[in-house]
Amino acid sequence: MVGYSRLFAVALAAGFLSIGGARAAEPEVLLVIKNHRFEPAEVKVPAGQRVKLIVHNQDSTPEEFESHSLNREKVVPGGAKATIYVGPLKAGRYEFFGEYNEATAKGAVVAE
Amino acid sequence: MFAAALIVFRESLEAALFVGIVAAATRQLAGRTRWLSAGVGIGVLGALLLALMAQHVSGWFDGLGQDVVNIAVLSVALTMLLWHCIWVAAHSKDMAMEARSLGTSVQQGQRKPWALLTAVALAVLREGAETVLFVGGALTGGTGTSTPEVVLSVAVGVGLGVGAGMIIYGGLSRIPTRHVFATTNVLIAILAGSIASQLVKSLIQAGFIERWSSPLWDTSASLAPDSALGTFLHALVGYDARPSAAQLASYVAVLALIYAGTRLLRRSSRAP
Repeated sequence: MVGYSRLFAVALAAGFLSIGGARAAEPEVLLVIKNHRFEPAEVKVPAGQRVKLIVHNQDSTPEEFESHSLNREKVVPGGAKATIYVGPLKAGRYEFFGEYNEATAKGAVVAE
Repeated sequence: MFAAALIVFRESLEAALFVGIVAAATRQLAGRTRWLSAGVGIGVLGALLLALMAQHVSGWFDGLGQDVVNIAVLSVALTMLLWHCIWVAAHSKDMAMEARSLGTSVQQGQRKPWALLTAVALAVLREGAETVLFVGGALTGGTGTSTPEVVLSVAVGVGLGVGAGMIIYGGLSRIPTRHVFATTNVLIAILAGSIASQLVKSLIQAGFIERWSSPLWDTSASLAPDSALGTFLHALVGYDARPSAAQLASYVAVLALIYAGTRLLRRSSRAP
């Protein structure tokens, strides 16, 4: 009985580690929205791999992260952080913008 | 100001078209206006609530809260539309008979299309929450837009959206009664496919699906998704300029499921 439960615990731990490992292997990129602008306005990501984009809206107003070329759209409320998975992308430039402040909120993901 | 009205219009269009189609599909049901209004009302209340909680919700599940809520809403909406399509198929014979004979309103009144009511409420909730959030931001943001300007652009945007819904309702109402069910059923089936595609897109965006997530083709050069026609087709048939294989597969699968299910049920309901 003890042997089984120990084996189970080891298997469970291995399972968690492998999930954690898979998640940790994903490159993370942080984008900050401030004064209706993206900082940095251009981010480099590896091509051919899924990337975790974290958008932190430091303004008090909401913004919608939108990109036609990445086929993504997500509202980020004021002060909130949102996670968006993109890719795996072919090498190239993918523009995005903030739909609620399109005049200033512009940026691009560059996959290489 | 024009930009704000356009954003509100885009958000309200999909829900308005959906309500217009449902209104045409249920033209003969007694008390339709009452329950349709109830569906819209519940949706608006839900949208206000969701927008108020947005900042909180956004943080759930490591920044995936909004996607998870979207996924739940879309899943339930899809189930409701599938249920409705199958329900209609199973009852198509009685409905055709009732359509022919007048004075069966009592019997019809007993039929409450709960599935459609729920789907209407969810459509309004989903599109409405983003509108409320955007408008709230514009009102408090101090981006140089005055309150009357915001109010006016919201009125114009919602007005145009509702107008589009009324136009589609008006168009569908001109179809003879015999054919109206068939037409609205096809439209509702396509909407179900569109919702399935959006559901899969949300799942990919949230990182729950990785397989088949790359775009299959790109038609944005010939029909931009943010053009007037692109926006309209997105709302009506789920046009996506860069659909992934997973999105396309779900769209086709839902249409195939409805088609096969409808045929199967029609055949068995014809048998004594």
